[in-house]
Amino acid sequence: MSDITVRIWRGDENGGEFKEYVVPAQEGEVVLDVVHRVQAGQAPDLAVRWNCKAGKCGSCSAEINGRPRLMCMTRMNSLPEGEPVTITPMKTFPIIRDLVTDVSFNFEKLKEVPALKPKPREKDGTYRMMQQDIERGQEFRKCIECFLCQDVCHVIRDHEENKENYAGPRLFIRYADLEMHPLDTNDRRKLLQEKAGLGMCNITKCCTEVCPEHIHITDNAIIPLKERVVDDRYDPIAWLGRKIFKRSSKTQASA
Amino acid sequence: MTESSVETHDYDVVIIGAGGAGLRAAIESVARGAKTALVCKSLLGKAHTVMAEGGLAAAMGNVWPEDNWKVHFRDTMRGGKMLNNWRMAELHAKEAPDRVYELEEWGALFDRTKDGLILQRDFGGHRYARLAHVGDRTGLELIRTLQQRAVAMGIDVFMELKIVKLIHDDSGAVAGALGFWRNSGEFVLFRGKSFVLASGGIGKSWKYTSNSWESSGDGHALALWAGADLIDMEFVQFHPTGMVWPLSVRGLLVTEGVRGDGGILKNSDGERFMFNYIPPMFAPDTADSVEEADKWYDDKNFRRPPELLPRDEVARSINSEVKAGRGTAHGGVYLDIASRRSPEYIRRRLPSMYHQFKELADVDITTTPMEVGPTCHYAMGGVRVDPDSTRATVDGLFAAGEVAGGMHGSNRLGGNSLSDLIVFGRRAGIGASERALGMTSTPKISEALVNDAISETLLPLTRSDAENPFSVQHDLQETMQDLVGIIRTHRELEEAIEKLEVLQDRVDKVGATGGRRFNSSWHTAVDLKSMITVSKACANSAILRKESRGGHTRDDFPKADPEFGKINHVVSFKNGAMSVTPAPLPVMPAELAVLFEDAPPVSNPTPKGGDK
Ligand SMILES: Cc1cc2nc3c(=O)[nH]c(=O)nc-3n(C[C@H](O)[C@H](O)[C@H](O)COP(=O)(O)OP(=O)(O)OC[C@H]3O[C@@H](n4cnc5c(N)ncnc54)[C@H](O)[C@@H]3O)c2cc1C
Ligand code: SF4
Ligand code: SF4
Ligand code: FES
Repeated sequence: MSDITVRIWRGDENGGEFKEYVVPAQEGEVVLDVVHRVQAGQAPDLAVRWNCKAGKCGSCSAEINGRPRLMCMTRMNSLPEGEPVTITPMKTFPIIRDLVTDVSFNFEKLKEVPALKPKPREKDGTYRMMQQDIERGQEFRKCIECFLCQDVCHVIRDHEENKENYAGPRLFIRYADLEMHPLDTNDRRKLLQEKAGLGMCNITKCCTEVCPEHIHITDNAIIPLKERVVDDRYDPIAWLGRKIFKRSSKTQASA
Repeated sequence: MTESSVETHDYDVVIIGAGGAGLRAAIESVARGAKTALVCKSLLGKAHTVMAEGGLAAAMGNVWPEDNWKVHFRDTMRGGKMLNNWRMAELHAKEAPDRVYELEEWGALFDRTKDGLILQRDFGGHRYARLAHVGDRTGLELIRTLQQRAVAMGIDVFMELKIVKLIHDDSGAVAGALGFWRNSGEFVLFRGKSFVLASGGIGKSWKYTSNSWESSGDGHALALWAGADLIDMEFVQFHPTGMVWPLSVRGLLVTEGVRGDGGILKNSDGERFMFNYIPPMFAPDTADSVEEADKWYDDKNFRRPPELLPRDEVARSINSEVKAGRGTAHGGVYLDIASRRSPEYIRRRLPSMYHQFKELADVDITTTPMEVGPTCHYAMGGVRVDPDSTRATVDGLFAAGEVAGGMHGSNRLGGNSLSDLIVFGRRAGIGASERALGMTSTPKISEALVNDAISETLLPLTRSDAENPFSVQHDLQETMQDLVGIIRTHRELEEAIEKLEVLQDRVDKVGATGGRRFNSSWHTAVDLKSMITVSKACANSAILRKESRGGHTRDDFPKADPEFGKINHVVSFKNGAMSVTPAPLPVMPAELAVLFEDAPPVSNPTPKGGDK
């Protein structure tokens, strides 16, 4: 097999540049393998995050030929042959070094989410939940926190100033996970509108396109949340009624 | 550098590791009012636990009401070939169900039964379907639930911070932990009253492994250097089914859930070979015909398929098939679920496996068998602890999760790790916070010890012309793979021990280029110190155990020896030297011992059919 050329952005918050590395091609490799071979040989101090090498931990996010992706799940043979592969760090987050960015924004936003407040257990001490009632929640809980959706979302990608009042698609999924959780009794709608900036999302669906877990971020989380917030914004009684109704219909389903 | 110039934090309890065990310990410690720090090498939520697939074992009896803690206890002890610490296995079996219900209350969405209860799946060595799960991404659900709980409690988390040394006070208790921020390379000192190791496994020292870079055995090494004992370090679990192709993903795990859900193993002749490898110990519980095996999935009155024997048995059998020339083109065997279950079923039950093979190997597992072979997976050995409190043999130190030893004996059953994390993670949180809250003042540690540890850690950066740490790591992995692998002999272990001495020398002289900020070569240079330490502990224990049992198979001693069945090997480190000594197993009380009265003895792990 021939050689491959990778152009990796090297630098820190003071600036940087692309460095080119040439390594022999090997069958079946993903981008992360190539980065590791560069690291083991030509650039031992190259900074890169990874853990699982199987698309399960969400550590190895970067932009490959300009597209936000997991390096461990991008096969080399899926990229245009013979052309150099360009690897840059995620753009939306401050750079630490090389391919490693400061993603603490996401962790800070996650701290703001009010936790699950579970309803009491059934008389027999169990919680009864039917499979069909948790399937949507399970979809959201597949999220590996790679933050690629946060990276691609234009509300914060090009507008640092929006970060304070905008949580981003990963967080919308987290809110939806809780709001649709069969056991939850908390109400987060005011927060969603005011602090999480749900209204700023204009449903471009870019987040859904990049999600490596194929979560339907916009259709299944953001749009239903928007409907909920609008429906109930000025009418807490209606909201309460609906929640109770939802609950009792669930109890019936499990009987 | 003086201590005053080092970033310093004072806590009651400092927890090293934020996988399932560390998170559960932190939650408990905070709930009990201790000021708690949680430290991890990666970002929060990325620990190894996130990768766990199949499920977590707890005798809730939702699918099989016959199940209870005694059956689970018995399965665990027998899976560990009776070398387990019986008290740990007892606590684990008794407490696991409550820990699972707790997760549910904190938001975990496990797959459900038709009645809306937590569904449980079959796994090797478990008599009943016992594993609570979420498809094949159970670890993600576990870590996310605990992480979200911890965040909601406002726990102080220090991410991407590597602890390099535990530091004692004058009384000999652990009273400090020194580490550095990986981002900046700046040092941090934690002063505290209790320290909990929850640092996970050691698998990175082998070439083909399901473990990530984090599993360099830091906690094992930190404990040893701090004067604490390790036990059972010869026992390393090779999971029977890792990917073997493409080479770059060799070792990546294929969950046992594939077999639990109906997958079977075949050699290149198309033979379902596991029937040839049923050891006497498990013969009474194992089907000896295809017909009986296939009935078991729906009716547990039949005996279980041999594909679901404990992992050590299956891994050795695959190894024998490949050695006998009946392997696949890439040196594995076939794992076939395609011919046995519908594509819809496979995609629903095993979504990440489907995805993993499709994306990484261009294989559609709903139509094509997978190629699999053994991969280094789990350390049964670890820090020797008091079962009830998780206290190590040095004051101020506790350990839980994979870094702790004893619970699994010579071989761990699938699903018993995730439950171990939450049972003993909680107990560590209790043990550590009780000790801390009972103390009136924060212990003092000497500035000189801190400064020495800092200089030592920085040494590789002063040797930029020296050997590259990645090549030392590579050679270490080759050595452990070839000489301290799944099948061992005295001669090879001797060779390994010699080579490890040479490697130790190279580790001591290794150099890192570049600066202190997120510098992978420096990080690897520092990780190597732990890797070489645990590798030696493993090889030196393995050479002394002249028998085959669980995750330790000796070609030169193919049988289990009842005399070795009475001891654990204890590793300690004094004045710069490592020693391994036998210690008698704790005696199981009569009321538990009766559970094993009718059981066949621990058997010769290479059965007659082995060379067939
Ligand atoms: C692919 C795969 C699938 C698995 N599937 C299952 C399964 O289905 N069921 C099951 O029961 N078990 C399974 N296991 C095993 C199980 O996942 C692990 O044994 C378990 O997750 C270990 O958890 P832990 O909390 O002990 O440590 P880990 O989750 O490994 O976490 C260790 C933590 O310690 C930190 N750390 C380590 N060293 C340091 C240091 N020096 N300084 C600071 N922090 C440090 C790390 O950053 C990390 O946060 C699987 C394992 C793998 C690899
Ligand atoms: S759909 Fe909304 S959240 Fe998603 S990328 Fe577009 S603006 Fe951002
Ligand atoms: S929603 Fe998808 S893209 Fe966003 S963080 Fe989660 S897994 Fe990544
Ligand atoms: S390394 Fe875990 S997702 Fe890529």
